[in-house]
Amino acid sequence: MTAVAPGPANITVMDLARDDLSQVNQDLQKADPRGGPFRVLNPRGAHALACGLTSGIDVEIEGHTGYYCAGMNQAARVTVSGNAGVGVAENMMSGEVWVKGDASQSAGATAHGGLLVVEGNTAARCGISLKGADIVVKGDVGHMSMFLAQAGRLVVLGDAGDSLGDSIYEARIYVRGKVASLGADCIEKEMREEHRTELRDLLERAGCDGVGLDGFRRYGSARQLYHFKAENLDSY
Amino acid sequence: MCGIVGLFLKNQSIEDRLGAMFTPMLIEMTDRGPDSAGIAIYHDAAPERFAKITAFHPDPDFDWEPVCDAIRTEFNATVEDRRNDSHMVILSDADPRAAARLIEDSDPRTQIMSVGSTIEIYKEMGLPGEVARQFKLERMTGSHAVGHTRMATESAVTTAGSHPFSTGLDLCLVHNGSLSNHNSLRERLHDHEGMVFATENDTEVAAAYIASRLDKGRTLHDALEDCLSDLDGFYTFVAGTKDGFAVLRDPIACKPAILAETEDYVAFGSEYRALVSLPGIEKAKVWEPEPAVVYSWGGRA
Repeated sequence: MTAVAPGPANITVMDLARDDLSQVNQDLQKADPRGGPFRVLNPRGAHALACGLTSGIDVEIEGHTGYYCAGMNQAARVTVSGNAGVGVAENMMSGEVWVKGDASQSAGATAHGGLLVVEGNTAARCGISLKGADIVVKGDVGHMSMFLAQAGRLVVLGDAGDSLGDSIYEARIYVRGKVASLGADCIEKEMREEHRTELRDLLERAGCDGVGLDGFRRYGSARQLYHFKAENLDSY
Repeated sequence: MCGIVGLFLKNQSIEDRLGAMFTPMLIEMTDRGPDSAGIAIYHDAAPERFAKITAFHPDPDFDWEPVCDAIRTEFNATVEDRRNDSHMVILSDADPRAAARLIEDSDPRTQIMSVGSTIEIYKEMGLPGEVARQFKLERMTGSHAVGHTRMATESAVTTAGSHPFSTGLDLCLVHNGSLSNHNSLRERLHDHEGMVFATENDTEVAAAYIASRLDKGRTLHDALEDCLSDLDGFYTFVAGTKDGFAVLRDPIACKPAILAETEDYVAFGSEYRALVSLPGIEKAKVWEPEPAVVYSWGGRA
């Protein structure tokens, strides 16, 4: 273990101003979930920090992270007290990734499970090719968010950029603010009771206290693009 | 890939630290661009009626004295020179464009890096850290600087093909990305506006386009807005003028960009890690520039 200087209440402190990034990642990957939480200082925009974690540990990162932070996460709860670079929580399988600031492009890309919460805004392509995870963004999301998303849910408390949900499959999108434009085959859909229940649950899990369901609209696939149609046979 | 960094000081009292603040930013972007590096630095304003020409010759022992003498004789001009490794800064009151032509014609391997009242451009092949050491970047003072670390994709690794590109007085442009309509635009600028190109590089065309817009009286801010309608392709641009600094990303925004601002400076990096050595960065406003939005500071912008 590179980790030294245990803090109060058996917190293990790792400092990237001093500790090697690969070693910190390996130590986190081997960490015993019955132990205390980990605090990572001075991330300084390092790439692939806290990637590939497989146990239910708590990791608090104090500062801004680089590309692919908490990628491939399983079971761990990773908090970034700062902004996250490109591809935060990409390909997450389970667990929770919580960004206190903004997230860059492709937040939660291809994630299969777990919850990604972004307190600020995300840049373009949030939830691209999402495969089952849930994403809650308390600010705005950039253009082409949920492009090709197959399963999972995205909740946006602010606005969404152009081409939301382009070529979407069976993922669901809830937006409270304005949608600049919808992508190909993405349409607004009726908000039924099951959707209100699902949205209420997602807001609660993301700590959106006092946020009502009023104003939220639901978007999803028109299912015109991905079904094979016999009359289009000549095109193949 | 490629790395871009930029630093624009809002507080004049820290201008003596520009090089020291800027050098680690450039070096941090080494793994985005290890082929070559270039720096445009704005400092030491030329006196009125004078201009600075930064010229390059690959031979470190090249004798610049006959070139300076030729400018003195040809233009009846006062000439001062200051050598910095393979580059020479020539200060004179000759017509800057005519003097630049004379310098370029003096030897087939001589290249003009920049012309203007405050700009100096230095570029070399090799790792950014080596290039910074070679020109003693860390000790340089100034108001703003723009740097580039290059991983070449569409033209050769040469000093001339390195960024920044400068095609107008005190103008510099660095670019991460690739343009798809640079051939037709180069032709248009050449045929209709008589612009001359030194390389096959797409960024040189973008720099020439911006210079042409500035010549038509557009501000740097407006000239970058014009790029949105006339340039096709992927780009994150950082541009500098004598007293201005601006940033633009294409509407798709594939290429990364981070801005940070404090009371003392505006800083740009391809990635956040390029900015971590700056004083007060922990408390700076840090954000990702929006696609197709021009951000500008200083100048007439």
